[in-house]
Amino acid sequence: MKYKDYYKVMGLERTATAEDIKKTYRKLARKYHPDVSKEANAEEKFKEVAEAYEVLKDPEKRAAYDQLGSHQPGQDFRPPPGWEQQFSERDFSFDGIDLSDLFAAFGGARPRGAASGGRHPIPGEDYEVNVKITLQQACDGSELDLRLELPEYDTHGFAHRVPHTVKARIPKGATEGQRLRLSGKGGKGLNGGRNGNLYLNISLEPHPLFRVSGHDLYLDLPLTPWEAVLGTAVQVPTLKGDVRLKIPSGTTGGQRLRVAHRGLPKPHEGAGDLFAIVQIAVPTTVSDDERKLFEALAEKSQFDPRRHFERR
Amino acid sequence: MSEAPADSLWLHHYRMCSLTEVVELSGLTESELREWVEAGILDPADPQVEPWSFRADCVVTLRTACRLRQDFDLDTHSVALMVTLLDRVHALEAEVRELRAQLPQTHR
Repeated sequence: MKYKDYYKVMGLERTATAEDIKKTYRKLARKYHPDVSKEANAEEKFKEVAEAYEVLKDPEKRAAYDQLGSHQPGQDFRPPPGWEQQFSERDFSFDGIDLSDLFAAFGGARPRGAASGGRHPIPGEDYEVNVKITLQQACDGSELDLRLELPEYDTHGFAHRVPHTVKARIPKGATEGQRLRLSGKGGKGLNGGRNGNLYLNISLEPHPLFRVSGHDLYLDLPLTPWEAVLGTAVQVPTLKGDVRLKIPSGTTGGQRLRVAHRGLPKPHEGAGDLFAIVQIAVPTTVSDDERKLFEALAEKSQFDPRRHFERR
Repeated sequence: MSEAPADSLWLHHYRMCSLTEVVELSGLTESELREWVEAGILDPADPQVEPWSFRADCVVTLRTACRLRQDFDLDTHSVALMVTLLDRVHALEAEVRELRAQLPQTHR
């Protein structure tokens, strides 16, 4: 069994009072709770803190934990002789067991496995994972291999975390922040209880060309000044191949040109739109010939884009 | 491990969940769920029609609310306040995303 220093995790002295422990937990929970925090690794951090608090807040568990002595975090250790008789009537096997699962079996909480003796069905636990997919995967649907650690129960009823690979089919229709429920892909139910569900929080990887708003996509479309003035037709990339987009004469910078139904598919029906936002691009270096043409144009043109600056 | 398409379900507002389904998915008891409806944490599609049904995306909110209740030891009214604020944060985040998407890349 690997040692974890619950006091160190919470930044507490071994002599901390119950009140100190509660106060520190609340502070850390506000800082790291995954539903509230924007810190990097908030979720992992919160899990560690919650695990430590679960043991330290309970006087019986804390006493049992203190009796384990102080070791280096991650160090393999065995509890002192007689430890299990002092704190429980049950048989223990300490090999390959996580410290948190050992303490979860303490006190009122009976272990979930066979040794609990109960025959009534216990539903499996639900799990939530964050999943990043590409825009193309959101558009076409995809199948992902998710690596998860799910608990399995030994004959003593103790949980052992076993790595699993879960195949998850992500139907098309995803967008940023959407949730997918995979029925029965969470923890195994016991005594005929239903299996837990797996919830995926979907987020989209940034795309070099397309930006996402709901199911709509936005694309910058650079045009030359003469294309914008004269009008033309250009090839525009979409997630389902190029389309030809007609640029009307007199198109201005910032104008949005809509390509219907070329956004992300919606889960219900239909699809969002693709919006091409026009940008007027100018060459930063020009040849002598080009310069002459621009100079001729400057001389000829009556166009004044700043007329509205004039005093009223 | 075989994967039937029915296994995957988007929790979005196009789909409705029955009261029984919401109880199963959220981990709340039915009486807790009724208390939360009364506190305004979530709304049934039509409160007059029994048994109630809910938009599937409420499951997401409920699961968050359950976690917050447990991890911060909150009473129902604190949960209600928290959920109101979280909903507002989510709406604002969506708006920011939308506006950012419309900004040309060169202006960001």
